[in-house]
Amino acid sequence: MLILRCPYCGVDADETELAAGGQAHIKRETVGASDEAFEEYLFMRENPKGVHFERWRHANGCGKWFHAARCTETLEVFGTYSAQTTEPPKEIRDKISEKRPGWSWGEFS
Amino acid sequence: MSNAVSPLQGASFDGFARIEEQGLRGMITLRGDLADGGFGKAVAALTGCDVPDTRRCEVKGDYAVAWMSPDELLILCPHSAAEAGVAQLSKVLSGTHYLAANVSDARAVFRVSGEDARQVISKLAPVDMSPEAFGAGDFRRTRLAQTPAAFWMPNDKTIEFICFRSVADYVFALLSRAATPGTQV
Repeated sequence: MLILRCPYCGVDADETELAAGGQAHIKRETVGASDEAFEEYLFMRENPKGVHFERWRHANGCGKWFHAARCTETLEVFGTYSAQTTEPPKEIRDKISEKRPGWSWGEFS
Repeated sequence: MSNAVSPLQGASFDGFARIEEQGLRGMITLRGDLADGGFGKAVAALTGCDVPDTRRCEVKGDYAVAWMSPDELLILCPHSAAEAGVAQLSKVLSGTHYLAANVSDARAVFRVSGEDARQVISKLAPVDMSPEAFGAGDFRRTRLAQTPAAFWMPNDKTIEFICFRSVADYVFALLSRAATPGTQV
């Protein structure tokens, strides 16, 4: 079972306490966006075998949204971090680089 | 004012632990900036308690303050004092960014007591209930089977629970079932 540490309350919450929120770091396209950019925003999602960034909510707990970096292949969790960011923090990226050298995901690597 | 009654009106069950519905309890949801000095003063003036640390609760007499999330506290008080409590908080905190709501009648409170009270919870919630991991003063929001709940331990043999009033019957059945004699883990 997937166990994530909520960065807000510090609980090691198992999957049953959490609600999945889909892919992280999606930039919203809005008024003035081209059709292609809007389609990309609305429908296109990463589906990696390996490093992935997701949004989760500690639904049966403190109720806060947060981000998680994990591996879809091994279920290894690289870390969780605050929702108030538009990109993965450096220490999370470093940790991933240590374990999965040469990884890339969307615009991040 | 209508005559307030608790959802199960004091129902109880004796298994390897005793389950009791606790009757009416005043509860105030208070949101705001927990680190703000004025916020802490308002909480202290009403309850006599400090703002609790993450996942802790502070108890003083009839009052208790529990940490619900990084921007939310739950204040427990006598049922008759909740309305006045909200008024007092609103007065002190007006002008700051806050929310105070009387949620007393939206909740049910249960008490599980006995030597093996911890086992009842272990069966129902994804929480490490070993004495080293969870003890007096700790507070945890989680789920009980399929419903959200929060609990804390006034002492080592007693656990107090809060759940939504609408699921009080379900939670009482769950707890009773989990405490059925002869089903200790």
